[in-house]
Amino acid sequence: MAEELSGTNIAAEAAGADALPAAEQGLLRIEGVAKTFGTFRAVDGVSLDIKAGEFFALLGPSGCGKTTLLRMLAGFEAPDEGRILLGGKDIAQALPHERPVNMMFQNYALFPHLSVRDNIAFGLKRAGMARADIATRVAEMVALVKLEGLEKRKPDQLSGGQRQRVALARALARRPQLLLLDEPLAALDKKLRENTQAELMELQRRLGMTFIVVTHDQEEAMTMASRIGVMKAGKLVQVAKPRELYEAPRSRWIAEFVGDINLFDGESKLRDGHRLVIGTRDAGALVVAEPREPVGAGKLAVAIRPEKVKLSRRGPASEAGHQSAINLLDGVIADICYLGGTTTYKVKLDSGGVLQASVANSARLDVDAYSLNQHVVAWFGPDDCMVLTS
Amino acid sequence: MRKAPRLSRFNIASLALGLAFLYLPILILVIYSFNDSRLVTVWGGWSLRWYHEFFNDRAMIEAAWMSLRVAVSSATIATLLGTLAAVALSRGERFRGRTLFSGMLYAPLVMPEVITGLSLLLLFVALNAERGFWTVTIAHTTLTMCFVTVVVQSRLGSLDRSLEEAAMDLGCDPVRAFLSVTLPLIAPAIVAGWMLAFTLSLDDLVIASFTTGPGSATLPIRIYSEVRLGVKPEINAICTLAIALIAVVIVLASLASKLSSSRGESAAPL
Repeated sequence: MAEELSGTNIAAEAAGADALPAAEQGLLRIEGVAKTFGTFRAVDGVSLDIKAGEFFALLGPSGCGKTTLLRMLAGFEAPDEGRILLGGKDIAQALPHERPVNMMFQNYALFPHLSVRDNIAFGLKRAGMARADIATRVAEMVALVKLEGLEKRKPDQLSGGQRQRVALARALARRPQLLLLDEPLAALDKKLRENTQAELMELQRRLGMTFIVVTHDQEEAMTMASRIGVMKAGKLVQVAKPRELYEAPRSRWIAEFVGDINLFDGESKLRDGHRLVIGTRDAGALVVAEPREPVGAGKLAVAIRPEKVKLSRRGPASEAGHQSAINLLDGVIADICYLGGTTTYKVKLDSGGVLQASVANSARLDVDAYSLNQHVVAWFGPDDCMVLTS
Repeated sequence: MRKAPRLSRFNIASLALGLAFLYLPILILVIYSFNDSRLVTVWGGWSLRWYHEFFNDRAMIEAAWMSLRVAVSSATIATLLGTLAAVALSRGERFRGRTLFSGMLYAPLVMPEVITGLSLLLLFVALNAERGFWTVTIAHTTLTMCFVTVVVQSRLGSLDRSLEEAAMDLGCDPVRAFLSVTLPLIAPAIVAGWMLAFTLSLDDLVIASFTTGPGSATLPIRIYSEVRLGVKPEINAICTLAIALIAVVIVLASLASKLSSSRGESAAPL
């Protein structure tokens, strides 16, 4: 590596690396990795390919095995089964210090007895870099995470956000092939978290580095990651781009875990061209677009995101509206939840079920707002429905 | 930042009472060590007579020297072993019999000293070991090691495991991670453990009297045998010197820990 690079060159260097077709090649390959603690199978046969330059998020509820998987990539746990290939080399049994991988810890794990500068320089000293080069690299990292002037402070003299930056700089300083981030923003408050999300994305893009972030926060994963792997009970249940994950979840569980959803259980009744009529218990017969994968005869569920549901007092007015508004459901407003940008209405349907509708508050004066117990018509098109079989 | 809250009258009174309770007897002892009178309880004017007497009392000086040597060497060995035991207990893999091991380690904490002393005496006799400096040192090491372990282990327990993992992640093998991150952070506990072991050894009478041999009495043994014949004011002088020594040790230890923490701050200019 060119150690003499100055602070501004790091982006240029990364951009150069980006231009190579190598960036498109697989960097990390996880093959059938499993880990058991006692009788608990924390990670259960996970296989995954991650390309160089990707910002990948492992998303799941607590205890789903995502942190264990990350710790196996870092080398703190050895997998019981499977292989972990980094750049074609199996590192599954390599010790943490033998891997070109660095990790940013959830609680940052900054060394309390060392200054900001020494924390960042720690890994460089171990790598046997010359003193002058270490000084240059540290200055570069300090500038990268905007910590100028705080180099001599100890971790306990920093705010939470500053500590987070030191942890990031320390993990980036060795220029790892792969950076692992364990709940990197969990300890920050909301506003700071949003700013830091944007900064992390910007940093990742500029450095062209591969990031794997573990999070339980689906919004955070959606915002930052280019691809998301959802984990449940040790298994990877879906790997998809954020949009695909949200609009085409593979199962009920994923649909409910990622965002809000209306689910109606039912059975397929009849086919009408590219449309399917599904009889549901709580919302009557619903017309849905035929899913790409053919649906069997068994039980299934129709799922609609709340923001896809439109409300009106008398049903859709326009011709175009009629075209798409095949599913018309009558009901009364049962609950109103005002969230500022949007309002979520719970509509008690005449057919028995409850339908959530999220309506953007696009006008400042509440001309469009509905009141409790008001009769409304909820409607949505067949293309807005998802059919979930599992 | 850290503004000391004003002390209320109640706080001042309780503080004064508490300090008086702890230090008034010692203060009286120190004052009486400068007493010119032969009688311990009668004031006869200021004098350094008893200090002079002590420094000319060869037997007493030898006992003090013996005590000091035993305290330094047993505290050092106990700190080494106790720290290793603490690391093994809190960092090692969960090995079979770990609970038993830690329980056995703490036994000397609650064991009556007479039993420890007697059993060690029996051991030394059985081994046909010549009783003297080394037997007392070994006995004091067994007595004080568990105290070091308790102090160091509690510090290790409060230390975040991910610090060591971070060090390994940044290129340290496990041994280096321990030396460069864990050790500096538990150093104050190790120093405290050493001091505890040192003072425990310095003032132990029971175990020392079981395990020592003829001609190698420690200071407490010597003082005890003197006192049985009546308290001489010389004892006051010896005690004052001992208090001064311990005070110096404490001040040095706290200075050392301050120095080590500020060294990190102004760390070598990279």
